[in-house]
Amino acid sequence: MAVTVQDLVKNYTVKKKTIEALKGISFSVEKGEIFGIIGPDGAGKTSLFRILTTLLEPDGGSATVDGCSVKDEYLQIRQRVGYMPGKFSLYQDLTVQENLEFFAAIFNVSIADNYEYIKEIYEQIAPFKDRKAGQLSGGMKQKLALCCALIHKPTVLFLDEPTTGVDAVSRKEFWEMLHRLKTQGITILVSTPYMDEAGLCDRVGLIQKGAFLSIETPQSIIRDFKKTLWSVRADDMYRLMETILKSPLINSCYPFGQYHHVTFKDDTKKQSDLEAIVAPGNFKDVEIAAIQPNIEDCFMALMTE
Amino acid sequence: MKQFLIFVKKECLHIWRDRRTLVILIGMPIVQIILYGFALTNEVKNSRIAVFDQSKDDATRLITDRIAASRYFNLEKNLNSYKQIGESFREGIVRMVVVFPINFQDDLLHTNHAQIQLIADASDPNTANTLANYASAIVNDYQNALNNDQKLPYNIDVQLRMLYNPELKGAYNFVPGVMALVLMLICAMMTSISIVKEKEMGTMEVILVSPLKPFRIVLAKTVPYLLVSLLNIISILLLSVYALDVPIKGSIFLLMAESTLFTITSLSLGILISNFSRTQQSAMFTSMMSLFLPTLLFSGFLFPIENMPKALQIISNIVPAKWYYIIVKAVMIKGLGITAIWKETLILMGMTLLLLGISIRNFKIRLA
Repeated sequence: MAVTVQDLVKNYTVKKKTIEALKGISFSVEKGEIFGIIGPDGAGKTSLFRILTTLLEPDGGSATVDGCSVKDEYLQIRQRVGYMPGKFSLYQDLTVQENLEFFAAIFNVSIADNYEYIKEIYEQIAPFKDRKAGQLSGGMKQKLALCCALIHKPTVLFLDEPTTGVDAVSRKEFWEMLHRLKTQGITILVSTPYMDEAGLCDRVGLIQKGAFLSIETPQSIIRDFKKTLWSVRADDMYRLMETILKSPLINSCYPFGQYHHVTFKDDTKKQSDLEAIVAPGNFKDVEIAAIQPNIEDCFMALMTE
Repeated sequence: MKQFLIFVKKECLHIWRDRRTLVILIGMPIVQIILYGFALTNEVKNSRIAVFDQSKDDATRLITDRIAASRYFNLEKNLNSYKQIGESFREGIVRMVVVFPINFQDDLLHTNHAQIQLIADASDPNTANTLANYASAIVNDYQNALNNDQKLPYNIDVQLRMLYNPELKGAYNFVPGVMALVLMLICAMMTSISIVKEKEMGTMEVILVSPLKPFRIVLAKTVPYLLVSLLNIISILLLSVYALDVPIKGSIFLLMAESTLFTITSLSLGILISNFSRTQQSAMFTSMMSLFLPTLLFSGFLFPIENMPKALQIISNIVPAKWYYIIVKAVMIKGLGITAIWKETLILMGMTLLLLGISIRNFKIRLA
């Protein structure tokens, strides 16, 4: 096991009130796995990452990274892991090259020795190697940060919301890079608020308010969605939602892009029932279809359970 | 070691790239030297003086009593030889010595003319001047009282001798003060800010998750500021020797060594402040309030410490700058050696060790 977590608890005290950031969570990550931790802001993702990277001490429970305890063997862990915090945390006034040299040196490795390892990523930012890190675009900053986190060949890589604030193309590229790293045997723990990235992980843990709702492969999370999901659209989407939610038969209705995703309380209900609910609103261009749920639908459903 | 050096290099790059701050760092001492040129005059109370009375007659006793009774002076001791005058100044016991020549009263009554010599420690020119004026006024009073029913007036001639700083240059006073101030500011404030900056920018998070020993990180951050500080000392000394005509009377080597010691004291203070600050602003304000102001007030450079209420005088002892100020004045202005300042040096060393110890103990190996 690359990472094991057992009943991990973390509390913060803010103005004499105790906030439970992690309420005794447990999970484990296998070597060479991409494990996604998905949840909204404030769910406890960053606290979890900071405990695993030995930056914070847990208030209860235990955790190991690469076989070392985060409490007692923090120095060993610090030699072996790569960490990319959520906020861009390189030196903005140093150039790309200087940042990389610095991080290589503090891990006692030379860029030349490990260049093969980061080559594919670094080549994309190499044309800007004399530019200051603060002047890079969001996507390039991310690539540089990843290079700096990888330069010492970590066994476990922690990426805290690496794609937040990065454009769609760069996000896609970033995930492709993660999959290439996986083939080199690195274990990757990645957190993200974007549900659509869940499908790119080997397994995902859906986290909310400091507790896991579910830890599964993306496929089985979707398979576990038991209800029939309906997508509805019409000319006035706002009034459409109001109309649907008024009906006592409806379990949930969430806006998803151009559609509303709807479930019934009683799953035996059919398309005709939904049409009957919508009909009094006199909408134009009404489209109703049964669809396959995605991770986000599952997450919404798990949240309300 | 390589890790350490690359860290120092990185830190130097930060300073070098931040040109505006660099200009302030290098320019501040120069500006301050010029600013504090307009030193303030202050009332002086309870200054310790000594009397060397070679005549021991009614007149000298009366004048001595009047001087001792005034609130400006505290008669610390009576001296018996010229040699003792120099000694008491070197030991820093007294600020002024009143010398009566042999046959003072006889001369005064028979020739209507006598002399008194006032020797003052003018390394602090304002105080020396004020003390001399007060003493002369008291002697004048005595002379006037004596002349009340006299046709032929008695005349007491007061001779002034300003020790260490015959020209009464204010620079003699503020050069050591500015040195203390500048070192305190640059070392303590800049290091604390630069350490806290890493916390604020999130880079501390990344370098903590590395094999670098946490306290090494902090030490590496202080090295460049040690260098900048030494550069500043040199620029201040050059300015004072060539622009302000303040000579360096003592050993330059000793002066640099003591300055390095004080720099390290200030660096440890900076590290300590960074331990407790979360933002650069709070680090700056803490440095300002807890270092800059006390240095200004309690080093004795603007306001003579002996004028302060007893409580403040005691507080002044915990201000490292006070001891450094005494040392610089002794070495630079008075030309004294280590034998005269070993006590102050030991105090500074003790403070440094204590501060370093506390900051190492309190250094957070984790984020919270």
